Amino acid sequence: MKHSQILLAHGSGGSMMHDLIQELFLPAFDNPFLRQANDQALIDNPGGRIAFTTDSYVVQPVIFPGGSIGELAVHGTINDLAVGGARPLGLSVGMILEEGLDMALLEDIVGRMKNASEEAGVPIVTGDTKVVERGSCDKIFINTSGIGIVPGGIDIDGKNARPGDAVLISGSIGDHGVAVMSERRGVQFSTPVVSDTQPLHQLVKSMFSVTHSIHVMRDPTRGGIATTLNEIAGQSRVGIEIDEEALPISPEVTGACDLLGLDPLYLANEGKLIAIVPEAQADGVLEAMRGRPEGAGACRIGRVVEDRPGIVRMRTGIGGTRIVNVLSGEMLPRIC
Amino acid sequence: MSVLHQFRDSTRAQAIIERIRGRNTGDISIMEFCGGHTVAIFRSGIRTVMPEHVHMLSGPGCPVCVTSNGDLDRAVALAKTPGVILTTYGDMLRVPGSRESLMQVRAQGYQVEIVYSTLDALKLAAAHPDREVVFFAIGFETTAPAAAAAVLQAQAKGVRNFSICSVMKLTIPGAKALLAMGEVKVDGVIGPGHVSSIIGSDAWRFLPEEYEIPVAISGFEPLDLLAATDAIMQMHEEKRPALVNSYSRVVRPEGNRKAWGAVERVFSLAEASWRGFGSIPESGLVLREEFSDFNADLRFDVTVEDSAEHPACRCGEVLRGVLTPPECSVFGTACTPESPLGPCMVSSEGSCAAYYHYQRQMA
Amino acid sequence: MCLAVPAKVLELRDDNMALVDISGTQREISLMVLDGDAAPGDFVLIHVGYAIEKIDEEEAARTLATFEELSMLDEQLPEGEDPLA
Repeated sequence: MKHSQILLAHGSGGSMMHDLIQELFLPAFDNPFLRQANDQALIDNPGGRIAFTTDSYVVQPVIFPGGSIGELAVHGTINDLAVGGARPLGLSVGMILEEGLDMALLEDIVGRMKNASEEAGVPIVTGDTKVVERGSCDKIFINTSGIGIVPGGIDIDGKNARPGDAVLISGSIGDHGVAVMSERRGVQFSTPVVSDTQPLHQLVKSMFSVTHSIHVMRDPTRGGIATTLNEIAGQSRVGIEIDEEALPISPEVTGACDLLGLDPLYLANEGKLIAIVPEAQADGVLEAMRGRPEGAGACRIGRVVEDRPGIVRMRTGIGGTRIVNVLSGEMLPRIC
Repeated sequence: MSVLHQFRDSTRAQAIIERIRGRNTGDISIMEFCGGHTVAIFRSGIRTVMPEHVHMLSGPGCPVCVTSNGDLDRAVALAKTPGVILTTYGDMLRVPGSRESLMQVRAQGYQVEIVYSTLDALKLAAAHPDREVVFFAIGFETTAPAAAAAVLQAQAKGVRNFSICSVMKLTIPGAKALLAMGEVKVDGVIGPGHVSSIIGSDAWRFLPEEYEIPVAISGFEPLDLLAATDAIMQMHEEKRPALVNSYSRVVRPEGNRKAWGAVERVFSLAEASWRGFGSIPESGLVLREEFSDFNADLRFDVTVEDSAEHPACRCGEVLRGVLTPPECSVFGTACTPESPLGPCMVSSEGSCAAYYHYQRQMA
Repeated sequence: MCLAVPAKVLELRDDNMALVDISGTQREISLMVLDGDAAPGDFVLIHVGYAIEKIDEEEAARTLATFEELSMLDEQLPEGEDPLA
């Protein structure tokens, strides 16, 4: 690339923008759809229900242990499709770049997105770029939208949880939250914890090979498993009970949480899913999950109950109970 | 350290719970004076395994909650002073003053920085010699040494753009004030473990000796709290009030003389204004004259307009143990963590916040 | 009042600082107000970036054993002893 920084002209629609697309984005994301060079990607419809999702990524810092905004943008949208039972067909990428953004940083992020897209087997089929004045955004904001197809016979819905169902999780919680927090200004600490960002559509496929009877799936991102479980309990009008002793939390995440006074139930996860399945299917689904690297740490964490609909509660280590409320406000490290 | 993790062990917890359930105390009210204990008790679910006749009360142990609106407003005014970077522990950010919180002030474009340690505030001062870094110092005895150390370091290194605004307080004057008011029956006290690591377990002898109230100094793990509760119940049952130190792995009878020495070197005692209690003599820490250069109250002339608590806020009564949060008419309705009327609902160790997050829907 | 965590001292540094480990998380903290010396391998209690006390591991093990067997009262003040002596 000729310039070492993004300039406003890179977003003006003129020759500099043309160069940016031709020299950076197209070679990185190259696929038959992009080669058509149209304003839209035209995709053959294989039949089934269409799943459509969108997410914007504004994470700070932009690069963190285990990943970057680029991987999140690709994985996050793939996962939103996957947890609906959809086979992802393709993604769109909308980039908003801050004037003055280091070109080397942009190249790094684009390279990571290319790798993530290729490894997941989900192409980036269309995109857009804008440049805004210095100070109007924080380095780079990325929006990705995704389309997928849900085969017949699959009905995954937040309102499908039923008393008696088992609550499963695909692996350890809190990793992404701690990894990002460790780089934040004012709370620096060094930790071996890395973000768990990864695509989950292959994991979901392996779960479906065992049964189509999966009631709910969701990826517990912002707000952690606490928020996700509360959403499901509300939508399904059921109670949910989880066991503190069953929660998969690494000692390193526990240590960081102890230090900063954080509760791992509320920390973001970017490569995990919660599945609510009929009890009869639970063991089979767990075995299938554990057969994939993405689900190696899969385990049962609780159950759906009839009493106290809409409420999530936790059996504590000493046999007591506490409510798991939704997150209110930001999670700030406390002293005290 | 594997032995420390075992203080969360459920099997041992069951043994103590059985002992507690076997005791014959009748109605017993046990109070803690430590926000950390408030949270630990809720998070571990201890209240839900206690027999019905055991009542666990929260006293004024949350340093953010006992800070008066006048002091909160002073922090806001300092944050808005030109050239000032206001640094504070994360706990303070969302606490509402008479008109606004530091979070709202930050959103208006003023510089408010969260720090984990006073050392970070000092580093900020070194990095920004053209700005004035003010540290808003809240806390009890556990946290005071950190503020003292920062001032001593600033003095030793000749840092000229660092100062602190101290609203730090002492636990025992607050405890004595609560007992003197006689509003609440206190049959036993769970003594604050980390405060005691600084001031020593002996500092609590006055409770059995002058008030005939049993006290057990406790750590923060579920086993610690259960063992302390058990000891208090036994002392009550046998009518022998005494001082028991259940946190001996960290708390010594004389405490940490070095840390407290640093505090006494830098600060002197003064009257302080406590939410819920009014003025309590000799309960607050103010910088000694020798350290006037580091005293933000002297460096900056901040005007604070009429400070007033929200008319519907009953934090004061909650802090005195006379009202439990669910009994407050605005609990969970007009007053929530997202829109708090007072600090108890938004402080990470506030009673109201604890009830709201961990217990509200269990009633 | 307050959130303090046990940490293992990894190495001593200049200016009364030390690198400590909390189950994998590492941070530099100050030893300025610690009563006594800390050596690599010791466990200390960390509060807002300062070590405030050393943790006595033997005492910890003893306390743990006690919790299970007796009440803390029986352990510290056996029957017959004057608690206010």
